[in-house]
Amino acid sequence: MANIISDETIEYVGILAKLELSDEEKEQAKKDMANMLDYIDTLNELDTSGVEPMSHVFPVNNVFREDVVTNGDDREEILANAPEAKEGAFVVPKTFD
Amino acid sequence: MSKQYETVIGLEVHVELATRTKIFCGCSTAFGGAPNTHTCPVCTGMPGSLPVLNKQVVEYAAAVGLATNCTITQYCKFDRKNYFYPDNPQNYQISQLYLPICRNGHVEIDVDGRKKNVRIHEIHMEEDAGKLVHDPSTGNSLVDFNRSGVPLIEIVSEPDMRSAEEVIAYLEKLRMIIQYLGASDCKLQEGSMRADVNLSVREVGAEEFGTRTEMKNLNSFSAIARAIEGEMERQIDLIEDGKKVVQETRRWDDDKEYSYPMRSKEDAQDYRYFPEPDLTPIVISDEWLDEIRSRQPEFRDEKQARYKEQFGLPEYDINIITEDKTLTDLFESCIELGAAAKEVSNWIMGDIMRLLKEKEMEASDIHFSPANLVKMIQMIESGAINRKVAKKVFEAIFDEDVDPEVYVEENGLKTVNDEGALRKVIEEIVANNPKSVEDYKAGKKKAMGFFVGQTMRAMKGKADPAMVNQILKEMLD
Amino acid sequence: MGLMDYTAVELGKKIKAGEVSVLEAANAAMDAIDALEDKFNCYVTVQERAAVQAKAEELQKKIDDGTLTGPLAGVPVAVKDNMCTKGTRTTCSSKILENFEPAYTAEAVLNLEKAGALIIGKTNMDEFAMGSTTETSHYGVTKNPWNAEHVPGGSSGGSAAAVAAGECSYALGSDTGGSIRQPASYCGIVGMKPTYGTVSRYGLIAYGSSLDQIGPMAKDVTDCATILETIASHDPKDSTSVKREDYDFTSALTDDVKGMRIGIPRDYMGEGLDEEVKAAVLDAAKKLEEKGAIVEEFDLSLVQYAIPAYYVIASAEASSNLARFDGVKYGYRTESYEGLHNMYKKTRSEGFGPEVKRRIMLGSFVLSSGYYDAYYLKALRTKALIKQAFDKAFAKYDVILGPAAPTTAPKLGESLSDPIKMYLGDIYTISVNLAGLPGISVPGSLDSKGLPIGIQFIGDCFKEKNIIRAAYAFEQSREFTNWSLSGKEEK
Repeated sequence: MANIISDETIEYVGILAKLELSDEEKEQAKKDMANMLDYIDTLNELDTSGVEPMSHVFPVNNVFREDVVTNGDDREEILANAPEAKEGAFVVPKTFD
Repeated sequence: MSKQYETVIGLEVHVELATRTKIFCGCSTAFGGAPNTHTCPVCTGMPGSLPVLNKQVVEYAAAVGLATNCTITQYCKFDRKNYFYPDNPQNYQISQLYLPICRNGHVEIDVDGRKKNVRIHEIHMEEDAGKLVHDPSTGNSLVDFNRSGVPLIEIVSEPDMRSAEEVIAYLEKLRMIIQYLGASDCKLQEGSMRADVNLSVREVGAEEFGTRTEMKNLNSFSAIARAIEGEMERQIDLIEDGKKVVQETRRWDDDKEYSYPMRSKEDAQDYRYFPEPDLTPIVISDEWLDEIRSRQPEFRDEKQARYKEQFGLPEYDINIITEDKTLTDLFESCIELGAAAKEVSNWIMGDIMRLLKEKEMEASDIHFSPANLVKMIQMIESGAINRKVAKKVFEAIFDEDVDPEVYVEENGLKTVNDEGALRKVIEEIVANNPKSVEDYKAGKKKAMGFFVGQTMRAMKGKADPAMVNQILKEMLD
Repeated sequence: MGLMDYTAVELGKKIKAGEVSVLEAANAAMDAIDALEDKFNCYVTVQERAAVQAKAEELQKKIDDGTLTGPLAGVPVAVKDNMCTKGTRTTCSSKILENFEPAYTAEAVLNLEKAGALIIGKTNMDEFAMGSTTETSHYGVTKNPWNAEHVPGGSSGGSAAAVAAGECSYALGSDTGGSIRQPASYCGIVGMKPTYGTVSRYGLIAYGSSLDQIGPMAKDVTDCATILETIASHDPKDSTSVKREDYDFTSALTDDVKGMRIGIPRDYMGEGLDEEVKAAVLDAAKKLEEKGAIVEEFDLSLVQYAIPAYYVIASAEASSNLARFDGVKYGYRTESYEGLHNMYKKTRSEGFGPEVKRRIMLGSFVLSSGYYDAYYLKALRTKALIKQAFDKAFAKYDVILGPAAPTTAPKLGESLSDPIKMYLGDIYTISVNLAGLPGISVPGSLDSKGLPIGIQFIGDCFKEKNIIRAAYAFEQSREFTNWSLSGKEEK
C-alpha cells in the first residue's frame, strides 16, 4: 500500500504552495511525501465512522467584537517592512494583462 | 435552421455590508482615504495577527437570509479559502464553505407580469480583498488594503434564471431587500454590489445542463445584460461549430462586448478549504434569531399593500415609490412631517423623477432633506407661493437642499396678494387687448388663458392664480 | 553562586529586597551571554547591552517607587523568536523574516512587560517551530549546555538552552507538539504547556493555530507557575483565548499529593522507550506514591495515532498560515524574478528551509482536491477519538504521569536524516496538543551519559493546578538536585 508520488503531483503541489523545487529537491520531496503518507495511512486502521471531525477542541462559541472603529491610521508602520513601497502602497509585479 | 437554445443562468452576488468596521478588525470601512490608511496588522496579514468577528456582520447576514426565505444555519463556521494573489494579504480568504450561515431560500421575481421564484442555494459571509492599481510609470501594480477585510455576503442562486430580464429582476429584488434592511447601499458602480454570472446553454427540452462559464467584472445592470447576451452567443457559436465549452472563469470586457479567460496555469483553482482555526463557531440561538426577526423592517410587498390601503395611492405610483429605499424613506419622512401622501407622491412621480432622469442620477443620490420639501408643500398650501414658482423652488431644494422660505425670500418669489396692484395690472392688459376681449365675449373661452398668461408674465409668475382668475372674470363678464 | 544561578522568583525577591539591583541582574545576564553564546548559540537576537542597561534603570525606578511590585519585576527574560516584539526583529529563525520588525508586541510578551520583565533577547528555534532539535534554524544550530555535542531539543531549543546555561533567568517558549516540554526535558529545566486558550496567541507567529500555545520555561516549578500567572490572560484580540475562572496558579505550589490519583499509561512505557528514562519515570511514580498519591498503570490507547494525525493537521494549518510569506508585505523578497508567480515561488523557495518546505508541501497536498476527506477529516476524527481517550482517563485520574521524550538528547545531526524517526520523538507530547491539555516536564535525574531526563505530568483541560501540585511535590522529592550548570566542568 506504499504511496508513490508522481512528478505531476509534486509539480501540482508546487503550484498550490508556490514553491519551486530543484530536480534534486523534487526527488527528495517525492520520497518524503510518500513516506509520510504511508505513515499517515496507518490512521486507516482506526474505525472513525460516526465520529464527528473535531476542528475546535473546546466548545467555545460566539466570540465577537462590537462594530466600533478602534484603529487609526497605521500606514507608516504597516509599510515599514515592505520590500518595495510607493505612494503609500505595496509594490508587486504587474497583475494586469 | 439552427437549433433552439435555452440559456441557464445562476448568479453569485457579492454585497458589501454597511458596517462601520471591517469583518475581523476595528478598521473603518469608510470609502476613500489614501492607500493603506484604513489598515492594521489584521487586515494586512501581519504575522501573528488574529481575526475577531464583527457581530454586526452575523446580524446583517442572518437578516438578509430571513428576508430571502432562507434557513438560518444555527451552528455555522468560517473556513479558509487558500489562493495566492497580492490583493489577499494572508493569501487565504476567510469565507464559509461547509456551514454557510443561510441556505435554501428563494425570492419571487416579476418579469412582465410573470411571477417566478429564484431559489437561493446559500448565503455566506466572507472578507473582501484589497485593491490593485496599475502603475503605468513602472509597469508594476500597487496594493492598497483599505478594502481588505470589508465584510461581504455572497448570495449564491440556483441556476434558475433563463434571460437577462430575469437576472436584472432578481438583482433588483435583492437590492431592494438589502437596502430595506439597511444592510448595504448596493451600488453596482461603486462595487458595493457585484455579480458574477454563471451561464450555460442547452438545447430547448434538454434535461442536462450544458458546461458553464463564470463571468466576472460586471458593474452595471446594462453590462450584465450585454454580458449575458454576448456569452450566450459565444457558447452557442462554439456548440454550433462542434466545439466544446470549457468550464472556466472569464472576464467580461464591456467595451469589446466579449469575455476573455481569466486564469493561467498558476491558478489551480484548488482552494484547499479547511475550518478557520482562529475563529470559533457561531451559534445562533432561537432567541437571537427571534430578536433579528423582530427587527426586520416592513418589506416592499407589505409596504405596497399598506400604501394602497392607508393612502389610496395608485398602484403605479406605489411601485415607483417603493422601488427604491431612498424614495421610500423620503416619502415616509414627508408623511411623518405632516405632508399629504398624495401631494408627496405627486412630487416624487413628477419633478423628482424628471430631475433624476435629466441629471442622470440614481435615486440613492438624492441628498435633500424631506423637511424642506414638506415646508415647500406647506407654502403652496398657504398660498405663499404658487405651483409654478414651487417648481423653481424645488429645483433649488433638489440641487442644494435650500430652505424654501429663505430661498423664496432672497429671490423675491413670494406670491403677490395685493389685490389693488393686481387689479391695476389687469386693467391695463385688458385695455391694451380689445381684440381678445372681443374674442372672449364672443364665447372663445381660450382668450381667458391669454389674459392669465399675460398677467402672470407681467407679475413675473408671482401672482396668486386664483386671484387673477377672479379679477379677470369680474372685469370681462 | 552567581546571579544567574537563582531561579527567577529568587532573583525577583532579591531585587525587591534591594539586595540586587536590576542593573546587576542585567549585567549578569549580558555577561553570561557574552561568555557562552559562541558556544551554545541560544539567541537569534540579543539586545544591545546599553539598551538593556537603560531599561534596567527604568525598571529599577518603578520598583523603587512601588509601581512595579510583581515577583518577576526586573528579572532578565528571553523570548522565543516567534513572538512579535515591537521594534526588535522577529525572525522565526527563518531567512524569509530576516529583517522583519513587527509593528506590535505579542500579548503574552506585553503581559511580561507590564509585570516589569527585562527582555534581553530573542531565542533561537527550529524554523517556524518545525522541528525537534533546533537544527532547522537559519541562524545556526543551538547546542545543549549539558553537552554541546547534543541537541537542546526543539523547537524552543534556544529558550531551553538559554535557561539551562544561565543566559537568562527564564524564557518563553511555544508548544505545538511538544516544543516546550521536549527541549525542557533535554536541557534539564522545567517547561510547561498550558491548556489551549490560556495564554493569548495574539502576536505568536502561527505554525499550527489549533495547537500552538505559549508557555513558561524556567529553572523550577515555582518559576513556571509564577510566569504562567503573569502571561495568562483573556485576550479579546484572540478569539480562541479562554476566560478562565482563576489564574492563581501559584496557589497550587504545595507539597501535598495525598490522595491524588495518578495514572501511568502502559502505552507510554513500552517499545521505543529508553530503559533509563523508563526507570526515571517509575522512580518518580514511587516518590509520589510515598507522598500519598495513588499511582496505577492504565491503557490510554491510540497513542501511536497521535503523530500521524498531528502531522496532517499541523502541516495543513501551516501550509495556510505560512502562505502570507510571499515577498509582498514584509520579509525577504528574491533578488530577480519575472512576473508575480515567479516572484512568489523564488521568494518562498529561497526563504524557507527544507523542513518548512516539506511540511508546506505535505499540508498543501492533504488539503488538495480529492484528499481532504481521506486525510484532513480522518485526522480530525482521530483527534476527536484521542480527546475522548483522555476524557476517559481523566474521569479516573487527576494527573497522567509519563516520560516527556523517549530518550535523552540525541547527538547533533543524528535526527534530521530520518524525519519520521525525529517525529517519533514527540510521541508522548503530541497528543496533549491535539486534546488541548496542559502538560509540564520536570527534570527527574541524569542518564548514564550525564544528560537530563524529563518527567511529564499531563492534566485535564484547565486543571493546571493538578499538574503544578504533582510536579512541585515531585521536585521536592528528587534525589538529584544540582541542576545548575554554572561552574560545572566543561563537557
